[in-house]
Amino acid sequence: MSKKAAKFLSDSSDWTFELIEKYDCEIGRIARAFGLDTYPNQIEIIRSDQMMDAYSSIGMPVGYNHWSFGKHFVDVERNYERGLMGLAYEIVINSNPCISYLMEENNMTMQALVIAHACYGHNSFFKGNYLFRTWTDASAIIDYLVFAKKYIRDSEERYGPQAVEEILDSSHALMNYGVDRYKRPYPISAEEEKRRQAERAEYVQRNLNTLWRTIPQSKQVDEDEETCFPSEPQENLLYFIEKNAPLLEPWQREIVRIVRKVAQYFYPQRQTQVMNEGWATFWHYTLLNQLYDEGLVDDGFMMEFLASHTAVLNQPSFDHPAYRGINPYALGFAMYSDLRRICEHPTDEDREWFPEIAGADWLEVLPNAMRDFKDESFIQQFLSPKVMRDLRLFGVVDDDTESDIEVSAIHDNDGYRRVRELLASQYNLGDQEPNIQVTRVELKGDRSLTLQHFQHQRRPLGATTDAVLKHMHRLWGFPVYLESVWQDEVVGSVCCPKEKTKEQAA
Amino acid sequence: MSYIIDRRENPKNKSAVNRQRFLDRYKKHIKKAVSDAIDTRSITDVGRGEEVTIAGDDISEPVFQHGSGGRRSVVRPGNKEFVAGDRIPRPPGGASGSGGEASDSGEGDDDFVFQLTQDEFLEFLFDDLELPNLTKRHLKGSSSFKYEHAGFTNDGVPAKLSVLRSLKQAKARRIALCGESRRRLSAAIEKLEEAEVEGDELGIFRLTDEIERLEKRIKRVPFLDTTDLRFKMHVKRPVPTSQAVMFCLMDVSGSMDQSIKDMAKRFYLLLYMFLKRHYEKTDIVFIRHHTVAKEVEEQEFFYSRETGGTVVSSALKLMDEIIEARYSPDDWNIYGAQASDGDNWNDDSPTCTKLLREKLLPVVQYFAYVEITKRSHQALWREYDQLSEEFPEAFAQRHIQKISDIFPVFHDLFHKKDEA
Repeated sequence: MSKKAAKFLSDSSDWTFELIEKYDCEIGRIARAFGLDTYPNQIEIIRSDQMMDAYSSIGMPVGYNHWSFGKHFVDVERNYERGLMGLAYEIVINSNPCISYLMEENNMTMQALVIAHACYGHNSFFKGNYLFRTWTDASAIIDYLVFAKKYIRDSEERYGPQAVEEILDSSHALMNYGVDRYKRPYPISAEEEKRRQAERAEYVQRNLNTLWRTIPQSKQVDEDEETCFPSEPQENLLYFIEKNAPLLEPWQREIVRIVRKVAQYFYPQRQTQVMNEGWATFWHYTLLNQLYDEGLVDDGFMMEFLASHTAVLNQPSFDHPAYRGINPYALGFAMYSDLRRICEHPTDEDREWFPEIAGADWLEVLPNAMRDFKDESFIQQFLSPKVMRDLRLFGVVDDDTESDIEVSAIHDNDGYRRVRELLASQYNLGDQEPNIQVTRVELKGDRSLTLQHFQHQRRPLGATTDAVLKHMHRLWGFPVYLESVWQDEVVGSVCCPKEKTKEQAA
Repeated sequence: MSYIIDRRENPKNKSAVNRQRFLDRYKKHIKKAVSDAIDTRSITDVGRGEEVTIAGDDISEPVFQHGSGGRRSVVRPGNKEFVAGDRIPRPPGGASGSGGEASDSGEGDDDFVFQLTQDEFLEFLFDDLELPNLTKRHLKGSSSFKYEHAGFTNDGVPAKLSVLRSLKQAKARRIALCGESRRRLSAAIEKLEEAEVEGDELGIFRLTDEIERLEKRIKRVPFLDTTDLRFKMHVKRPVPTSQAVMFCLMDVSGSMDQSIKDMAKRFYLLLYMFLKRHYEKTDIVFIRHHTVAKEVEEQEFFYSRETGGTVVSSALKLMDEIIEARYSPDDWNIYGAQASDGDNWNDDSPTCTKLLREKLLPVVQYFAYVEITKRSHQALWREYDQLSEEFPEAFAQRHIQKISDIFPVFHDLFHKKDEA
């Protein structure tokens, strides 16, 4: 291109702090030219054992102590030491500034790849995507985690590690049911949190007393109202427990709340796996190619980068021994790359399927496809016939009332829409996790809690149900019933503690 | 602009707490794995870490999930020959069917395997074991002392003079004795200056006189007086001797074959590692014997071959001599471990009992005899039976038949006695 074309940023594979700065500077410049809007970056160089620490605390930069993190740690450590597993190249924290970890063992090419992928790809996703914008507060999360860690440590000192561990175990078991799927949360800040914590503890306890008042009231009027509590089914089990469990101490409620808040923080990540990884992969590919086009990196750099890039995108087919489901990197990258192609080189098929974006400016279309979607809607909206053909996607129906498995649709004209629909619903967390809600509390009788599992496609609950119910029982303190409902009929019921099966009152 | 931070110097082991919590939680499982491991290990690596397997059920973190059954639709990549409407027989091995997806939900079913470090391994291995008779020895051990700092005293030898304390004392005394004089002195000097300004001759004379007197008085207070001296005080305190010597006695006569020696060696190794964790310094003395006893190096002890008859008392006699020569019972915790297949020269067994009763058992902390044989008990065992009754604290004998007996026997010998 220009005169500096002959000037490579580096000529050896070793990294230095100056080089990382130089690369970051160049990649940042290109990213801004493409219109990527990011939080400021904080790039931290760490050792591999620190990476394992970061790994095992599920990516929380400040984690409270719990044995399950130790379990993850020994697992990661063992696999890594035996060479069964390479460590991830990077971990990136959704915070402001956005923290990315670079491992010291990696060479310059890998560091550049990680900078492009994490510091500009993921970072801009965190800042742009609507789920992250509404559900998480990047500037407060670190403070909140510090607050949580301290609160849990103080509780351990006061009430003993055993008691704290029990509450954490039980809360973790219900972690996936600690999110509001539809409501919007208030952003939280740590200071606010600390201030409100005492207030809240007192308020909840006071409110509870009203709910669980045992002294007969003079008026019998509100009997009807009381007998159907909660008035509507509650999907956020942890929230329900935090506010209504009769026997929990204030500190136990606070711990339930901490787990709930952490779950809420990670919820957008679980909803946008394909998009998030696809977006970051698309951008590291685009940014580093631009570096090459400008003559800032040499062929060796590109060869090495492409080797890693293709390894990440590997998608074994369903009958391959290495098949572990659909690779979110591969699917996401294929979709964003294809969106760019549809904009730049549309075919007749594209004009038919995507009339509004075929031939449009890809620098406008792609950011939109990142901002306002989650995996489910992203796939429903943008999965193109070409991507389905390339990945050779096909839908299978396995119905336990039939003797055979049926191929319901494949990547052909009749099947595109069906396959797309199926794949989208495959990323709908609401369908993937059993839909379990609190429906009834016996305020007058045995104070039992009834959960209902609304079956999806007749799918029953797995073998872990009893174990989870025990945790629910530990938090609630009184009997817990779980009924499975299919087409408005109760088809099964389990209860904890295991005594008699519940006789339906009606 | 990005901030680049080097975190490599941050402290290690951020996960140590969580790891320890995990180990504590699964203590029971780990302990079982550890004691199983010790039976199957080859001799040389008893002290290594160990891989521990915990069944998936015990360690899973349960969450609500779908079970198999119902109607499930999935999209898979890599179609080769299927077209819409194809019907495929359900593959055997569960209704969840076509592979892949099971790994998402089913990972809890696998056993959980991880590695203990060597330290952790030994920690679990010797967890509820203790050295017998340790407390008794503490009380009795009267001839080993340590001097400990115990404050200050008014008299002592010059070598123990505490300079700092003495000077502190002197300073306090000087302040007390000449504080008043100094105050008057400085007042007088001030007045003198005033008088000089005013030209008050008489005043000047009187004041100069007073200043001189005060200065003399101050000078008379000594800088350091004998009453100031402070000496460091030390008290003699008995200390438990923290060194141990272990005597390994082994019969190498013709009847001891290699497999018996192997078992003996395992036993000795356990004992050695156990002692090492308790004492700063552990000596080890190998004595092998057939008809005559000899002190040897480790290599020779375990591997060289000899044949001949068996006179056990020769080894006990040698042990006694070595104790007398090198390991005074006042300074050393003495442990004896004897392994044999139980064969002995018939007339010799009473001699052994006598030696143990009169010479060795009074000075040793503990003497363990293990008989490694598949046959019934031999003469030596019956002789030693009396000793176990006489010295229940210091003497124990056990019988080992196969390798897997070793750890239980060891565990049994050193098991923590109930406080009751």
